[in-house]
Amino acid sequence: MRHLHVHPSPLVIIPLAMAGEANTPLAAMVGTTAGEPRLLTVAQPRNRDHRFAFAAELADVLVRYVDGFAGAAEPIAVDRGRDVRYRFTDAPQLWVPNTGGVDFLRLFGRSTRFRGTEGEYAVPPSVPLLGRWLTFFANSAEVPGSSLLLNAVQALGLHWATGQSSAEDAQLAALLGWISPPPGRTGAEAALAAEDPAVSPPAGPATDPSFDNHVLAPLISSASPDVAALTEVLHAQLLPTWELMWRALDLLRGLPAGSRVAGRWDGDRDAYSGFVQHLADGGPPQPRRDGAVAAAARLHRLENAATRYAVQRAFDDPLVMAEYRLSGAAFVGQVTLAKADRIDDSGKRPVLRPRIMVVTPEPVRVEKGAALTSPARPGQKALVVSVTAVDDARTEVLLELSGGMGRKLVAEPGSVPEVGERLLLTTLSEAYRPGGAFPDRDQTPWTHGGPPASEPDGA
Amino acid sequence: MSGALDRLRGGAPPKRHNARTIAALTSNPGCTRRAVLDAAGADKPKIAQQIGFPGNFGQSRFALARGNGFEAMLKADDCALLLTVLGDCLRLEPTGVSYDDLGDDADDTLAARHARTRRLLAGAAGAALIDHPLLTLDVAGQRVFLEPDLIAFQVEGRLHVVEIKSFAIVDGQADSAKVSAAAVQAAVYVLALRRLLEELGHDPELVSHDVVLVCTENFSLNPAAVVLDVRKQLATLKRQLTRLASVSALAAALPASVSFDPALPPADLIAALSEIEASYAPECLSTCELAFYCRHEAAGSTAALGRPVQDALGGIGAVDEVLALAAGTRTPTAEQAEAAELLRAAARLRAELMSNFPPGPRPEGSGPSIPAGRCGPGHVEKGSP
Repeated sequence: MRHLHVHPSPLVIIPLAMAGEANTPLAAMVGTTAGEPRLLTVAQPRNRDHRFAFAAELADVLVRYVDGFAGAAEPIAVDRGRDVRYRFTDAPQLWVPNTGGVDFLRLFGRSTRFRGTEGEYAVPPSVPLLGRWLTFFANSAEVPGSSLLLNAVQALGLHWATGQSSAEDAQLAALLGWISPPPGRTGAEAALAAEDPAVSPPAGPATDPSFDNHVLAPLISSASPDVAALTEVLHAQLLPTWELMWRALDLLRGLPAGSRVAGRWDGDRDAYSGFVQHLADGGPPQPRRDGAVAAAARLHRLENAATRYAVQRAFDDPLVMAEYRLSGAAFVGQVTLAKADRIDDSGKRPVLRPRIMVVTPEPVRVEKGAALTSPARPGQKALVVSVTAVDDARTEVLLELSGGMGRKLVAEPGSVPEVGERLLLTTLSEAYRPGGAFPDRDQTPWTHGGPPASEPDGA
Repeated sequence: MSGALDRLRGGAPPKRHNARTIAALTSNPGCTRRAVLDAAGADKPKIAQQIGFPGNFGQSRFALARGNGFEAMLKADDCALLLTVLGDCLRLEPTGVSYDDLGDDADDTLAARHARTRRLLAGAAGAALIDHPLLTLDVAGQRVFLEPDLIAFQVEGRLHVVEIKSFAIVDGQADSAKVSAAAVQAAVYVLALRRLLEELGHDPELVSHDVVLVCTENFSLNPAAVVLDVRKQLATLKRQLTRLASVSALAAALPASVSFDPALPPADLIAALSEIEASYAPECLSTCELAFYCRHEAAGSTAALGRPVQDALGGIGAVDEVLALAAGTRTPTAEQAEAAELLRAAARLRAELMSNFPPGPRPEGSGPSIPAGRCGPGHVEKGSP
């Protein structure tokens, strides 16, 4: 089961950085089709003009790709149908090899988004725009479940386990070697072979030190580097990873998508549409660091997203849910008794509160009063009335149901589990989580430094 | 005391320790093999090469060049630039600071430089910068020479170790792995400096546990200084060094035939290595030159899969054992009972779930017999096929 959206035409970026320098680009291989890699290089990474020429070239590719989705839009009803907003029908998706690639893009975004387009060190207008887009993507990569900027190592690790440690899995070549070894080799053999940097160059952004010392150094230490030769060695260094990236994408495409993946991609399209609007409105670049209120609100959003993502993955995928069953936070049992027409009339008006009895051989670690959900009926709440051990191996759980049964005092057909049905119940819940209440920026409490001074324009 | 350790090295001269190698001692403290080899000063890279498991520990010359360039820039004109940075950070008065350069790095002047360092520290008062100082530290009965980047005196007479690193601090944040590595290295210097002051009859607490880390700021070469508290690293280091002292006894207990002379044939070296128990963990790959050999040796153990996996499997040592317990073909011992029950439950769950799916197209060989993932056999493949 696949838990992320794989775009039909993603933009793959493999950045390489200059060793020792502060996030200085050396080269990048970019493109939206496996057969058409485009190599961008920096002939002299320590030269500022060359670096910004590289940034302008990357901007040309990336901004054009990203803008390509700001076309067709669909109306979305908001505020209970009283208003409407528009969301683009598709959004861009970036792929990098590993978390190092994400960090590189974040820092490259940081180093370009405040650049001035006039004055002494002017850069083309596309460069700060690139920086703002890269920052947008890097920020969204922190949101659990977002598919705007993905890295291959993490995406594969989410769907396949290997017989090597996570430190070894972090190398794309070794990870893919294990997951899909070439014919005639076991995964372990292929992974071991992939560890030799001469066979599979590192997937960046860090380069192989011996490549630096023996191949790159002689080429770029001269004042006028041989660009053709440089391009050739960098191309050879990046191409193996480029091919691995597309193999990883093919493998992921081969998995069926979970049913909640599309819903999360809707959220990504919202984020993209929102940022396009922000740029069109002439909004400022993202600040260097979030203020106290913005940081707290962002953290809250990230926590909500993480919880929602964990629940959605478990509801989509029985193998993920198995982990919760193992720990007792979820169990599968058989319905042995069901009273579908039970009415609770102790309150002001009678309400439909059917009760069911579930017997399970699995460990049950829920207590009386806990609210359970079943992925088969996500809108229905099951309140635990009692938990009784029948014998050594089985537990009886009595549940009172509410919600998801229609508005009448008689339950809609099929909305109450019947005797004999196998049912999965869990403490996980997809219920809506309200956003937190945070003060306005200019109401930042003194405990958090008080209202911040306005963000200085930086260069 | 170090006789047994010297013997282990065979005819080879001892490898020189430095702050980096001493700092490395603090990772994976449970490994006896590493403790003995490091204490003996054995040439681990050469041994690894000889037995066919070479490590990959190169350093890019671009990184070296930048590091050296940055340090040279800071120290130019009697540390003019460094002084202004430290002035802000340590409230060091920029005027009236004496600057002593104790000479260049060379093997033959080590003892002389150390003597000069001692003399200078014995009589020092007032604000001062000491460049190229040379300290010593006893590591497993061996005297090791150490070269901090710089020692700075504050006006109140407290000494601060200054560590110059060329990685960048961007918007107040730096790579945490690099910062912690720098902190451990600085802690080595603080410890050496404290021992020296103690020898000279001063209060060792004159050496501050706050060290100054000088890095580059944002994307430029401008320096930025931050103060790091290395108390935690100091405690770890002290514990490790005490432990290493007992390594000599371990070495003495080894058979006389054991030798780690890199010139020996591979079979002899492997035989010698197998005399000392290793405790491999995936973290070794980035710190120890012998890691590739130890990984090979540890194949089939759950430790080789990393700590989280081993813990999730109930701490059971061998993968075969885990599988047998999960399949119920092996009777668990008393302390394995709980883990075994969990493993069996996981295996049952997995069997149940996998039987629900049609056998989908699975890449050849992708069903390794080694369980991984958080919950053992239930998670050989994390998603459904």
